[in-house]
Amino acid sequence: MVPLSWYLVFAAALFSIGMFGVLSRRNAVAILLGIELMLNSVNINLAAFWRYGDVRLMAGQVFAIIVFAVAAAEVAVGLALVISVYRSRNTVIADEIDLMKW
Amino acid sequence: METTTLIWLIPLPPVLAFFLIVLFTNKSKALSHTIGVGAAALSFIGSMVVFVRALGVEHLGEHPFESAINWLPTGDTWFRIGVLIDPLGAAVLFFVAITIFMIFLYSIGYHNYGQPAGDHDVKGLPPHGATIEEHGHKHVVPSVEPMYSRFFAFLGLFAFGMYTLVVSDNLLTLFVGWEIMGLCSYLLIGFWYGKPSARDAAVKAFMTTRIGDVFMLLGIAFLYSATGTLTFREIFTEETLHRLASTPAWFGMTASGLIALLLFIGTVGKSAQWPLHVWLPDAMEGPTPVSAMIHAATMVSAGVYAVLRMFPLLTADYGEHGLTVTMSIVAFIGAFTALFAATIAVAQNDIKRVLAYSTISQLGYMIAALGIGAYVAAAFHLITHAFFKALLFLGSGSVIHGMEHGVLHTGNHHVDPQDMYNMGGLRKKMPITFWTFLIGGFALSGFPLVTAGFWSKDEILADAFGHGHWAVFITLAIAAFLTAFYTMRQITLTFLGEPRTEEARHAQETPWTMTTPLIVLSFFAVTYGWVGIPEHFPLLGGLVPNWFHEFVGHTLPEVREAPEFNWIPLLTSLVVALGGLALGYFTYRNVKSVSEDKFQIPLLKNKYYFDEAYNFLFVKPAYWFAENVVYKFLDKRVIDGILHAFGPSTQGFGSALRNYVDLPIINRLIGDGSANATYWFGGKLRVIQTGRIQQYLMLALVTFIVIGAALFFFVLA
Repeated sequence: MVPLSWYLVFAAALFSIGMFGVLSRRNAVAILLGIELMLNSVNINLAAFWRYGDVRLMAGQVFAIIVFAVAAAEVAVGLALVISVYRSRNTVIADEIDLMKW
Repeated sequence: METTTLIWLIPLPPVLAFFLIVLFTNKSKALSHTIGVGAAALSFIGSMVVFVRALGVEHLGEHPFESAINWLPTGDTWFRIGVLIDPLGAAVLFFVAITIFMIFLYSIGYHNYGQPAGDHDVKGLPPHGATIEEHGHKHVVPSVEPMYSRFFAFLGLFAFGMYTLVVSDNLLTLFVGWEIMGLCSYLLIGFWYGKPSARDAAVKAFMTTRIGDVFMLLGIAFLYSATGTLTFREIFTEETLHRLASTPAWFGMTASGLIALLLFIGTVGKSAQWPLHVWLPDAMEGPTPVSAMIHAATMVSAGVYAVLRMFPLLTADYGEHGLTVTMSIVAFIGAFTALFAATIAVAQNDIKRVLAYSTISQLGYMIAALGIGAYVAAAFHLITHAFFKALLFLGSGSVIHGMEHGVLHTGNHHVDPQDMYNMGGLRKKMPITFWTFLIGGFALSGFPLVTAGFWSKDEILADAFGHGHWAVFITLAIAAFLTAFYTMRQITLTFLGEPRTEEARHAQETPWTMTTPLIVLSFFAVTYGWVGIPEHFPLLGGLVPNWFHEFVGHTLPEVREAPEFNWIPLLTSLVVALGGLALGYFTYRNVKSVSEDKFQIPLLKNKYYFDEAYNFLFVKPAYWFAENVVYKFLDKRVIDGILHAFGPSTQGFGSALRNYVDLPIINRLIGDGSANATYWFGGKLRVIQTGRIQQYLMLALVTFIVIGAALFFFVLA
């Protein structure tokens, strides 16, 4: 069986890639993509810890499913916001959405 | 109804009438006088029922009608107030009820009810008359009093005070009634407050009686502290009286003597005795029913009534060796006042002022009688005097009213309708007034045998003579002579001879509401004397039982025996009465004008300059004190100075606080300083508030890594 640490390293790498995407991309859609990567890296961790812990306890799996649902909802709202902003300001670049800045 | 319940209720109707009139029916003259007279009638009926029941009780003196309730808690005991009708109370209630009711009735006519409103009458001034057109020509008729309802309200309140005083079983509620009457006296003397003289007279009456009342209150306080009770029947027990009489106080007086003296000073004020007599003549500024009720029949009699009530106290230390200090003072003041006021009355020309001085003089009679211990005689004279003096005052009011009619007819308003030298010959114009006034005048003079005044005055003289009080006897005899003289002078000048002015020629008899009280009172002015005819009187004695002596005398536990009959006082009183009347008639029979009057002596005319003397001794210094000491020094300098010093010092203190505390510390340091610091921090911090979410995240990440690293190295490792 693949050792647990592999999963963890993999999830950490995925999380870092996602975070890098969130921090460095200017396109709002790309930032959302980065967030999805980070959420999924967490899911990998949850699933891995469930599998290597007490299999009868379902909490890890259930939690992963909740994260899916929340992520789906978040993406739906996020994309709707991005589209709405694009319609009014004609851009999806995060830096340029500066209406509330001083 | 239980008699005691009835006694409780007697004072109630007039005070209810007062509130009803003041609060609700003030606008309606008819309703107001109906309520007022109705209330007086209710109290009258109640009083008569009580009087009749009191007559039916044997030994009323020992077992009077009495009832009391707890009133004020005094520590763990109660101060009780209640009602008491003993023989004295019953006799006084009888005349009070009659005179009050009569005077209520009289006021309707006196204030011209039913007449039109005046042309230019204003509130606070006597009505000036109204012009009406009849059969094509105009003439002036009397006009109705503008403040008609108010008058009945005040009379109601007054009646309440008087009834309260009479039915009280203790000194405190007696004093309450006493003061209510003092207030009403003030209000009614100043009823026509538009006249400066009426205003001044009201203030004078109030202030002068106040002097007496303060002493009376002192007496009450002394009595309460000495005995712990103010209820008459508890004070007048043998034990209490003996204790008071054997406690020495100041100036050779015992405690009982001193208390009686203090209470007596209250009477001096209320009953207008020398030296506090000055207010009563001026009080004649009030409407005549007021003069009759307050200043002749009831309120001034209340002073004598109070001394009668306190008689056991006055005589507590009266023994074999002559009069006590207090009694001597009382006798002296009474006798002196009787003579002194009678001499002044001789020289007065105002019909009401003569009666006012006569009232003072007659009250002096009663006081003198009390001073020599003649309890029953004083009570008797109190009651007969109330009847005939109320009659005389109402008669004089009727005369004035008739004269005012004449004045309105001629339109000459310079004629004083109260000056007797403007009258004359009124007997034909006003027959009812004349005959009733004659009866009253004869009763006052002590016309022998038929009039009440004769019997009561004779009893006082006989008592003074019988107990050897020579000075009092002679003084009172001279006063009686003068009384007869000025009374006849008054009757002669007013009613006899020919009219001296056009106004007197056109005088008119007054309406029935005014003449009925005259007739009723003249009935009592004659017959009331018959209930007190001494048993040993020649011929008449014993025909009618001496009811008054029997009845009222038993108020006290020990009745002093009436002195043996003696011809000397009887002859004296016959001579002075008839002599005075005859001299008065013959002196003034042919007097045409005031310049022919031989008795217009300046000293008497100006009342021995008492007003001037008091003005100089008390009023002027009081004004000076008020002006220079109180106003200019105390108020302007001291009090205003303190107040004015407060202003600047507070301002100085305030500006110091502002400049050295508020501005630098609170405003600059704390207020502005915190704002500036916040502003500065905000300015510095806002550079990191870029609004770029990725920078925030970057920052969060860096912070997380730094803290995580720090934790890793310092905690975990």
